[in-house]
Amino acid sequence: MNKMPAVSKGDGMRGLAVFISDIRNCKSKEAEIKRINKELANIRSKFKGDKALDGYSKKKYVCKLLFIFLLGHDIDFGHMEAVNLLSSNKYTEKQIGYLFISVLVNSNSDLIRLINNAIKNDLASRNPTFMNLALHCIANVGSREMAEAFASEIPRILVAGDTMDCVKQSAALCLLRLNRTSPDLVPMGEWTARVVHLLNDQHLGVVTSATSLITTLAQKSPDNFKTSISLAIARLSRIVTSTSIDLQDYTYYFVAAPWLSVKLLRLLQCYPPPEDTALRSRLTECLETILNKAQEPPKSKKVQHSNAKNAVLFEAISLIIHHDSEPTLLVRACNQLGQFLQHRETNLRYLALESMCTLASSEFSHEAVKTHIDTVINALKTERDVSVRQRAVDLLYAMCDRSNAKQIVVEMLSYLETADYSIREEIVLKVAILAEKYAVDYTWYVDTILNLIRIAGDYVSEEVWYRVIQIVINRDDVQGYAAKTVFEALQAPACHENLVKVGGYILGEFGNLIAGDSRSSPLVQFNLLHSKFHLCSVPTQALLLSAYIKFINLFPEVKATIQEVLRSDSQLRNADVELQQRAVEYLRLSCIASTDILATVFEEMPPFPERESSILAKLKRKKGPGNLPDIDARRNVNGNTEHSEKPEPANKSSFALLADLLPTNRPRPASASPIMLSTATLGSTPPITALLNLNSPPSTGASLLVDVFPESSCLTAPEVSEENFFRFVCKNNGVIYENQLLQIGLKSEYRQNLGRIYVFYGNKTSTQFLSFTSSVTSPDSLKTQLIVHAKTVDPIIEGGAQVQQILNIECVSDFTDAPVLNVQFRYGGTLQNIAVKLPVMLNKFFQPTEMTSQDFFQRWKQLGAPQQEVQKIFKAKHPMDTDVTKAKILGFGVTLLERVDPNPENFVGAGVIHSKNSQVGCLLRLEPNTQAQMYRLTLRTSRDSVSQRLCELLSEQF
Amino acid sequence: MRFMLLFSRQGKLRLQKWYTATAERDKKKMVRELMQTVLARKPKMCSFLEWRDLKIVYKRYASLYFCCAIEEQDNELITLEVIHRFVELLDKYFGSVCELDIIFNFEKAYFILDEFLMGGEIQDTSKKSVLKAIEQADLLQEVTWTPGKNCYV
Repeated sequence: MNKMPAVSKGDGMRGLAVFISDIRNCKSKEAEIKRINKELANIRSKFKGDKALDGYSKKKYVCKLLFIFLLGHDIDFGHMEAVNLLSSNKYTEKQIGYLFISVLVNSNSDLIRLINNAIKNDLASRNPTFMNLALHCIANVGSREMAEAFASEIPRILVAGDTMDCVKQSAALCLLRLNRTSPDLVPMGEWTARVVHLLNDQHLGVVTSATSLITTLAQKSPDNFKTSISLAIARLSRIVTSTSIDLQDYTYYFVAAPWLSVKLLRLLQCYPPPEDTALRSRLTECLETILNKAQEPPKSKKVQHSNAKNAVLFEAISLIIHHDSEPTLLVRACNQLGQFLQHRETNLRYLALESMCTLASSEFSHEAVKTHIDTVINALKTERDVSVRQRAVDLLYAMCDRSNAKQIVVEMLSYLETADYSIREEIVLKVAILAEKYAVDYTWYVDTILNLIRIAGDYVSEEVWYRVIQIVINRDDVQGYAAKTVFEALQAPACHENLVKVGGYILGEFGNLIAGDSRSSPLVQFNLLHSKFHLCSVPTQALLLSAYIKFINLFPEVKATIQEVLRSDSQLRNADVELQQRAVEYLRLSCIASTDILATVFEEMPPFPERESSILAKLKRKKGPGNLPDIDARRNVNGNTEHSEKPEPANKSSFALLADLLPTNRPRPASASPIMLSTATLGSTPPITALLNLNSPPSTGASLLVDVFPESSCLTAPEVSEENFFRFVCKNNGVIYENQLLQIGLKSEYRQNLGRIYVFYGNKTSTQFLSFTSSVTSPDSLKTQLIVHAKTVDPIIEGGAQVQQILNIECVSDFTDAPVLNVQFRYGGTLQNIAVKLPVMLNKFFQPTEMTSQDFFQRWKQLGAPQQEVQKIFKAKHPMDTDVTKAKILGFGVTLLERVDPNPENFVGAGVIHSKNSQVGCLLRLEPNTQAQMYRLTLRTSRDSVSQRLCELLSEQF
Repeated sequence: MRFMLLFSRQGKLRLQKWYTATAERDKKKMVRELMQTVLARKPKMCSFLEWRDLKIVYKRYASLYFCCAIEEQDNELITLEVIHRFVELLDKYFGSVCELDIIFNFEKAYFILDEFLMGGEIQDTSKKSVLKAIEQADLLQEVTWTPGKNCYV
């Protein structure tokens, strides 16, 4: 049996201790659940019992519930009892109540009101302990409702002259939390200036809390808190020059106020270097002092001492890197980190590698970082912890430039052979990027990529092998070499499927360049490829089939052999529909088409247009933009700090091939039959398809040809996206369209027959959208019924930016159709064309109408003509929830009339549709049948077209 | 700081504190995943690791792992000392703290943490101030508000 510790300080709750002890003694999960259920039943009966519970018992049971919840079980009662505890005047009861609420708050609105009430009382109590409990609760819950209730009260408490220090601390951090969750609700005002002055406060605890708050606020609106710079520097200077005794309790293992120092240094990172020279030199002095201290002998052997000291040092280095303006400091920082690279503490080696990564991107310290290359390579080989090795890979990547690229790539490749599986893919991406970026001759590049496939084929993603193909296609000086090299690599008895893909593609395009050699004659090439065929997956087999038909074009002498293969049952009757289709079509094509046509269809791939590297994009997605050292920006730096804030590289390198040929972050066309696609690319669709009668429906299988083709700008009208249209019937705001490049959001408001839509276009990529236009078109019939006027938008949307467009709308008469939003822009050289059905529907012009039961039925009868009523019975598509249904009906625009229908389950509504020409009164009734999961919807209006349309719109919603 | 977890070598969660709103389901998933990752690490490994979009800082004290998730720009070393200071506070309060103290007095552990960290930021770094606040609270109930011994059922 477990020892039960003697009840320590404060009051023990014996019943609780016994219960905990019981749980600990349970031998199995089942026994534990049984014990818990027993306890829950007991507590439930106590809470429901006739006898009023005293505060102590209530506290004990609430505490037990909390314990059960923290064990991972669901708790669905006891909230009310916890709320009762809040208003107890016994401190411990109140405290447990608050703890329960903090951990288990749910959005039950009635409770929130009660909780807020209790908090309000405690905040007003002037008892600092109670005030702190209340502030902690607000910070712990941090919900919007709480922010709404207290966001204006807390700043007042924070800056009031008579607030006690400990309450100020809590108020500052409470405000910080609210500002993080609901920044819009925390009002800036006169108090902000006074908060900045808390940096001067005598109480270091207050200064610490205030610094955290100011940093958070300054990140969002730096201009409002500019005055904090000088105060922070003054404070920092006093700390770093103090002797350890000065700060007494705030000295931590002989380090003066390490937490506060870190926070102040962090605050200063919200700003550029101070312009005032005196201030600037004072800060430089501080930073120098911190760097100097790192060289002094430690005052204690305890790890806490060195951790605290180095925490300040690393934060100082972060600030130096952020400012990126003092070459001496940057180089000193780099040397300091260099020392840490060989420190016996793993933690310090880890952090030094990490921090050096950012230093590598400053032009002042890049060279200094490079001097540590051998140490870093050594770390890659000897570190026992994978997370440290990972940092070493990152640093090698960041310090790479043309002078050391070959060495780094070789080291990374050799590390890859033994690297942890978890980081292989990332290393592959990095090697691929570096090899491409710093390739002086492309034979090295091709060799490197093939090596990558050999060593870590499984981790070579599509992006990487697409890329090598794109580069080979774009550079004719490397094509012969590439063909020869893949041919040789394919000789290996077991080669990776990715190599077969690259080999199939490259030989299909450029096999002719090596066909002169009898050792690699067309037939030898074909036999080599085909010997791998049966080992490959379907997509690769599909690619090989495409390579074969290209062979027929390149080498008429092997035509018969290949036709034989295509004609074999294993191809023509292949169970896979994509393969079968290719075999049939290619065979047909090879039999019917003249050599001229074949030559046109299978002409060598045109060069790909230049685009941003998709491999780079993939790496960024993997690492998150902030984590990827910006190896491009370095060369563009002019001593300013811009590059470290820019999440995306500028990609302005002189290498022509840097830009990618196939960004994957763009919508792919639905795959089409391969031949139709290839001909389409060449712009000669009709003759061949007509001739061969090949316009079979597009297959759904993955088509590799499609993947490697550049997506040519499609100038035909795009399909209109209606996907989200019906989601907007009962709501006005949201995202109407999204693909990998662009997000379109809407905010709409309507009054009577007028409406306004704010359309937000968000560029999700890192690249500019150029020639951006967006217009609204309507079908002819609609043009007279609905007038839409679109304001113009800026033709450029920067990467990551959002622009807004306003549409003004007037409803002239009732309508059924919807206008279409046409968006066009150029992304990386390709024209993008998007059309979205705009959710402007008739019900948007509803004005809700209140009416009595009597009025309702009277009008209902008046609208009794058969064409005035439209009725629809339909199956429920969503769970039949009364509240949701109510919300939807209200969102539809009508008034929900209570107590009108004799059956309380039914919903009844009324409204008037406003158009310029007329007003149409409208009554509706929705009868749910939960048993059958069906609804019956009835609409009566004075105009049949209106009834019809409204019924269509609303019946889609349930 | 996004959250702090205390768990035992056996993978039992002893304390959890979340500083951003997180759904219960996600919490459970994250706790499970993170415990697995951390418990699998060997003793001499470094105390930091990248996990999802967060940085994890952890340290083991006897049978308990203290584990903090911090943001990209937060300072790892100072977070290690946040953990240490918290351990010191527990130690001082319970008098040579052990896992059992935290199990049986979990509510106290939460109170101490709340006095020390708020909204994920350190509230007071002075050990004295924090302990004073806690002790005052204890005093408050012993002297002023104690309902009497008969309450111990």
